[in-house]
Amino acid sequence: MADLRQLSEALQKGDMETVKKLTSDALNEGLSPARILSDGLIAGMDIVGEKFKKNEMYIPEVLIAARAMHAGLSILQPKLVETGAKPVGKIAIGTVKGDLHDIGKNLVGMMLRGAGFEVLDLGIDVSTEKFVEAAKQEGVQIVGMSALLSTTMPHLKMVIEALHQAGLTSKVKIMVGGAPITQRYADEIGADGYAPDAASGVDKARQLLGIA
Amino acid sequence: MLIIGERLNTSRKQAAEAAEKFAATFIKAEAEAQLQAGAHFLDVNAGTFAEREMEYLLWMAKTLRAEVDAPLCIDSSDPVVIREALRICGKGMMVNSISAEKDTYAAVLPLIKEHECKVVALCMGDGGIPTEFENKLEIGCELVETLLRDGIAADDIYIDPLIMAVSTAQDGGVVALRMIQEVRNRYPGVHAVCGLSNISFGLPERRLLNRIFLVAAMSAGLDAVILDPLDKQMMASLIAAKTVLGRDEYCSQYLAAFRAHKLEQ
Ligand code: B12
Repeated sequence: MADLRQLSEALQKGDMETVKKLTSDALNEGLSPARILSDGLIAGMDIVGEKFKKNEMYIPEVLIAARAMHAGLSILQPKLVETGAKPVGKIAIGTVKGDLHDIGKNLVGMMLRGAGFEVLDLGIDVSTEKFVEAAKQEGVQIVGMSALLSTTMPHLKMVIEALHQAGLTSKVKIMVGGAPITQRYADEIGADGYAPDAASGVDKARQLLGIA
Repeated sequence: MLIIGERLNTSRKQAAEAAEKFAATFIKAEAEAQLQAGAHFLDVNAGTFAEREMEYLLWMAKTLRAEVDAPLCIDSSDPVVIREALRICGKGMMVNSISAEKDTYAAVLPLIKEHECKVVALCMGDGGIPTEFENKLEIGCELVETLLRDGIAADDIYIDPLIMAVSTAQDGGVVALRMIQEVRNRYPGVHAVCGLSNISFGLPERRLLNRIFLVAAMSAGLDAVILDPLDKQMMASLIAAKTVLGRDEYCSQYLAAFRAHKLEQ
C-alpha cells in the first residue's frame, strides 16, 4: 500500500528519488492523481511552508523540497493531463513581476491542460508588457496570474489596468490566484475570477468561458 | 581598507524613526559612533521612504554636514535625489551608485564630475543583474572602461560585483571573489567594494557568514567595504585579516586594536 505520508515526508526532506518512486508506486496502485497530489505532495509542501515561516527550515532546504515537488509533478503530469480532443479554451498563465514562485502556477496550468485547455505558460517574473502581449495573441481567452508575495500582489492590479488600457478586457477574462490572494482582493482589483486552488481554478476557467 | 559605515539607512528601524522625527541628536550620535569605530565615509540612505526620500535624505545630509567632520556616501537609486544631496554636501563625497544602465549612467556621470566624487559602480546593465561570472565580468569591465574614458580617475572608481545569496545560488560567493580579483588585476588603481549582508540572505547565523566572506573578499583584493563599524566581531576580523594579508606594517594596527580592547570576543 503506497503511503502518502511517506511521500509527504520525502518531499519535506527534498529526497527527489524517493518522491519519484513513491509517486509512481501510488499511481501504479491505482490511487487517483488528485489524491496523491493533495495528500502527498501539497501536504508536504504545506509543512515546508510552516517550518520556513518558523525558521525551522531555510531557503536552500525549501529549494530542494521545491525540486522534489517538480519531480513528483512531472510524473503526475501525464495522468493529470489526459486530454480530450479539441481544446475547450486557451489560457495564458504566468507569475507576476518580481515573483519567482512557480509551483502553484505550474499546477494550475497542469490541471487546466488536464481539463482540455490549451495553456500558454509565460513563466515567472513576467512583466506587465509580456502579459499584455500574451493577451493580444490569437485565441487567448483568459489571462491567469499568480502572485505569492505581499510585495508582488500589487502587480496583479497593474496588469489589469494595462489590459484595460490596451482595450483587451473585452477579449480576455482575468483570473488570479496564489496563497495570499482572496476573493475579496480579487474583486477589489477588478479581476473576473479567483480560485483558491488548482482544481477550483479549472471550474472557474470553465465558468468564465460559459462552459461550466 | 576604506570603511563605509552603513547605519544611517532608513531600512534600519531606528534610523527611520529618527528621520521621521528629524531627530538631529540621534543622527549625530550614530555618525560619531561610526567614525569613532573606524568608518571613513558615512552612508546615508532614505530609500525606504519612496515618496519622502528626497526630504529625509536631504535633511540627513544637511544635518551631518553641519555637525560632523566626515564625508558622506550618498546612497540612492534616484539621480535627482543624488543631485540635490551633492548640492548640499559639496565636493569629495562618494556616490552610491552608478551602473551600466543607460539612463542611470547618463544621469549620474555629470554629477560625479561636477562634484568631484568617488563612485560605487554596480556590475549591472539594462538587462538586470548578471549572475554568471562571464556576463558579470563583461559588464563590469565595460563599465570601468567607460568611466575611465569619460574622465573619471581610476582612484575614484569603486566597483561593486553585486553579491548573490549563497542560499539561492551556491556559487554566489565564488563569482564575486573572482570578479574582485579580475577587476583589480586588469585595472590597477580601481578599487573594489561590496556590501556584506547579501551573501548570507536566507540562512541562520548571518553575521558569521558575513564575516567569513569579508576575509575571503579581502584576500581576493577587496579594499573598501560597506558595513556596520559597531559590529565588534566584524571589525576585529577586518583588522586581523589586514594583518595576515600583509597590509599592516609591523602589525601596528593589530597591536593598537589589541591594546584598545577591540579584539576581544
Ligand atoms: C517554495 C517556496 C519558495 C521557493 C520557490 C521555489 C519555486 N520554484 O517556486 C523559494 C525558496 C525560491 C522561495 C523564495 C521566497 N519566498 Co517563498 N515560499 C515557498 C513556499 C514554502 C511554498 C510555495 C508553494 O509552492 N506552495 C505550493 C503550491 C501548490 O501552492 P500555491 O503556490 O499557493 O498555489 C496554489 C494556490 O495558491 C492556487 N494558485 C496559485 N497561483 C494561481 C493562479 C491562478 C490563476 C489561480 C486560479 C490559482 C492559483 O493554486 C495553487 C495550487 O493549488 C511558501 C509557503 C506557503 N505555504 O505558501 C513560501 C512563501 C510564499 N515565500 C515567502 C517568502 C517571504 C519568500 C522570499 C521573499 C523569502 C526570502 N526571504 O528570500 C523569497 C522570494 C523570492 C521571489 N522573489 O519570489 C512567504 C511570503 C510571505 C508574503 N505573504 O509575502 C511564504 C508564504 C512563506 C512564509 N510563510 O513566510 N519561496
